[in-house]
Amino acid sequence: MADTAVHDTVDEHIDHSGASSTGLSNNKLAMWLFLGSECLLFGGLISTYMLYRGRHSANAGPDQFWDIPFTSASSFVLLTSSLTMVLAVTAAKRKDDRNTSLWLIVTAILGSLFVAGQVYEFTTFYREGLGFTTSLFSSSFYTLTGFHGAHVSIGVIMLLASVGMILKNRIPGDKAEVVELIGLYWHFVDIVWILIFTLVYLIPA
Amino acid sequence: MSTDTAPAAAEAHDHWSDLSYVKLTLALALITAIEVAISYIGDDLGALFVPLLLGLMLIKFFSVVLFFMHLKSDNRLFSLMFYLGLGLAVAVFTAMMLTFRFYSS
Amino acid sequence: MALIERSATTIVPTVATPSSSYGVFRRPVESTGWKSWLFTIDHKKLGIMYGAVALFFFVVGGVEALLIRLQLAGPDGTILSADKYNQMFTMHATTMVFLFVMPMAAAFANYFVPLQIGARDVAFPRINAFGFWCFLGGGLFINTSWLLGGAADGGWFMYAPNSSVAFSPTNGIDFWALGLLITGIASLTSAINLIVTVINMRAPGMSLMKMPIFTWMMLVVQFLLLFAIPVITVALFLLLFQRNFDATFFSVEAGADPLLWQHLFWIFGHPEVYILILPAFGIVSEVLPVFSKKPLFGYPLVVFSGCAIGFVGWGVWAHHMFTSGLGPISVAVFSVATMAIAIPTGVKIVNWTMTLWGGKLTFTTAMMFAIGLIVEFTIGGLSGVTHAVAPSDTQQTDTYYIVAHFHYVLFGGAILGIFSGLYYWWPKVFGKMLSEKWGKRNFWTMIVGMNLTFGPMHIIGLQGQPRRMYVWTEARAGAGFFDLGFWNLVSSIGAFILAFGVLLFFINVFISSRRSERAPLDPWDARSLEWMTNSPPKEHNFDVIPAVGHLDEFFHRKYEDRGEGDHHDFHQIATAEEIMADQEANADPHIHMPSPSYWPIVLAFSLPVMGYGIIFNLFLIPVGAAIALTAIFGWSLEPHTASAADYDPPASDGGAEGEVSTNG
Repeated sequence: MADTAVHDTVDEHIDHSGASSTGLSNNKLAMWLFLGSECLLFGGLISTYMLYRGRHSANAGPDQFWDIPFTSASSFVLLTSSLTMVLAVTAAKRKDDRNTSLWLIVTAILGSLFVAGQVYEFTTFYREGLGFTTSLFSSSFYTLTGFHGAHVSIGVIMLLASVGMILKNRIPGDKAEVVELIGLYWHFVDIVWILIFTLVYLIPA
Repeated sequence: MSTDTAPAAAEAHDHWSDLSYVKLTLALALITAIEVAISYIGDDLGALFVPLLLGLMLIKFFSVVLFFMHLKSDNRLFSLMFYLGLGLAVAVFTAMMLTFRFYSS
Repeated sequence: MALIERSATTIVPTVATPSSSYGVFRRPVESTGWKSWLFTIDHKKLGIMYGAVALFFFVVGGVEALLIRLQLAGPDGTILSADKYNQMFTMHATTMVFLFVMPMAAAFANYFVPLQIGARDVAFPRINAFGFWCFLGGGLFINTSWLLGGAADGGWFMYAPNSSVAFSPTNGIDFWALGLLITGIASLTSAINLIVTVINMRAPGMSLMKMPIFTWMMLVVQFLLLFAIPVITVALFLLLFQRNFDATFFSVEAGADPLLWQHLFWIFGHPEVYILILPAFGIVSEVLPVFSKKPLFGYPLVVFSGCAIGFVGWGVWAHHMFTSGLGPISVAVFSVATMAIAIPTGVKIVNWTMTLWGGKLTFTTAMMFAIGLIVEFTIGGLSGVTHAVAPSDTQQTDTYYIVAHFHYVLFGGAILGIFSGLYYWWPKVFGKMLSEKWGKRNFWTMIVGMNLTFGPMHIIGLQGQPRRMYVWTEARAGAGFFDLGFWNLVSSIGAFILAFGVLLFFINVFISSRRSERAPLDPWDARSLEWMTNSPPKEHNFDVIPAVGHLDEFFHRKYEDRGEGDHHDFHQIATAEEIMADQEANADPHIHMPSPSYWPIVLAFSLPVMGYGIIFNLFLIPVGAAIALTAIFGWSLEPHTASAADYDPPASDGGAEGEVSTNG
């Protein structure tokens, strides 16, 4: 026969807004999962490049085209943008909207500078005879760096959009967390470049 | 090695001050400069060249992941998710490249 | 919808703090009618839509299969030309894998994972909706290729360089690649959504090792998707660049290695087959205990073997490439790894069998499909083990023996599991039982049809019939009565019997829908939390979020163990109806549900637009991109619940406040 107490534990009226089994933020977990999956994406692109890096005609390989000083400068720019991104995040944690926006804008500018540098680099290569379809080396190079550049560009758009939303007070939920998550994406884009810079540019074929 | 200049956590908990991040960035910039320098004198280093560059690359990579992305001080679940993806990517694509007998050519 | 209709005595609706949205159109808040489906973010409605569309594509893929079998029923078939035949087997496989089995699993996962863990929805409901519309858009996009120059014709594995423009000049493969990129976005976002849901949104007390096996298997599947989809994304982009921008990634004349495609595809492709089968394993692990009146035997082993399959599955992909020239070392390594992966699968088979052993068995249709899976999948698994032995695979590869293997594991495994789930969970979803009488007819016809269709393929494979050949001839049919001709005919007849069996399912659905009798709340005396709801569940799933103390929590609320130690003596202390009445009486006064939205469908719509742009008219690309950008901004700026002004007439209580999930 059924008792009034139909279960041996009491279901309490628990407040479930924001509660989670692990205490972790849904959004942050989602971003880290996404970044985990992106490792596979760039792993595939980098492997394709590593396979095909030597397949080009004589005197049309990496050594003939790379401008290491220029690319190093680009790398410094992206590295610095990671710093400014972190500064934006710490400012957001302090609820300092002004400095958050400031550092986000600086990060966006540095990111745009990096992309501009890539565009300049690619047009230079193109004029020197390295087109997309010139060789397997060139196709894989442009595909890898193109995907990376696209990721940076999307990052810049996200940075600027978030500045707009912060200034108009339109960020739903936790502002500091949104900035932190954009930061995670941005740093990821930076570490992919760390890999690309060494594997593609510095280690010769 | 230049990593001596990389600062440890500047404060009691893992809350870094802005200055600590600046210092880490300068350290990473220095490592990058060293990498570039090494790339120019590559022939003189012989078999050491590639491992050295890769090592420096990894130091930069994990510095950004652990400190800028805060993975070191955050919940271990985030690390699990990320390293699962990273580890799988490295393992699978290394295996793939090996089947091409890449490294023996 | 945000407005919860409740009996007046229990709940006082709370007042929302209105915040305006930026949409040009007011936010859809209808709770009935077509708009409530089009703009829904409710995981249950999305699950039903995933299931309905998946079943539609099942029929499409089935028709494609029947055309193939008609063509091969006799020698020198004339039903399909060689070119049409290539398109047919490519699209049959693509449809079945990407547009039926995967979305059907998504249907079950979407509907039942939140219920099984005691949650009210997934972590990111709008992203959930976006995923569904991406799937639908991508599926339709691929199939428009039939009418726009011809479908893809390189096989579902699309080997290069056969997939280049030189060998496949129509746009079919471009449709295929772009369509799969779109459906891939659906899978990836759903994976992130479900992983966060399972990790973060379990009811209090539900540790990971108290989760139902179906949820566990779906969790493993989401991780497989998360990491496999990016790899095929790379492959598809390289293919698109090759075909549309003259890149030479797979052109041998340019020095390329066609194996690159094979590696990238199969690094995705092998985890993909585990993505296809693990949901069915999960379903069967739910069904068998219920109809054996016993808990699942060896729950931790079933969990760990599922994880092991997911993990080791990443190390075996090149067993699809044994004859491609990898060399003996690679072949040996992958051969051993492939044998190893049979072990965790075998563990599951043993555990299921031991669950049945000594149980009080009831042979409902759901149970029969589940037992059918054990038998048929084992047959498929055994032929799989023979493939693992590389020298014998060298004989079997590219013959019908392989076709037999994967149809036994996919039809006998994944599809029988799906049908088990349909019969099992139908009363919960639709509030009506499916007819057991028609169900038995459905089951037996499918079993007979399936074995008649795919059984002979082992034989004709070993007799030498190659795959993907549009005809077979008398001259090459072999000697004796039981030659290719005989078995191909048997197989084709079997295919039509199988199709009839599937038809019986739809007849069952139709007949059962005409019945007025409502299903009981708990018709099977089930064990897990999704049964501790109404049929169908209320929009917010649970009146009270359950506090979980056991594995098979619902079972333990109905039955008290009065035995001691290992001796169990279960006595019923409550019925489902009593439990539900108690829940309703103690309902949470504040229930926060997010509101529907149209941004997900707008964003999903922009993707095929860009796809058509890439194939036909570059102008469409910026148009699609503009729609996408607008949708992303609109989505980001939209609050989780609708404002009072969105209701017509404006709701006096302003709708429910707060949110059950954060961004998404």
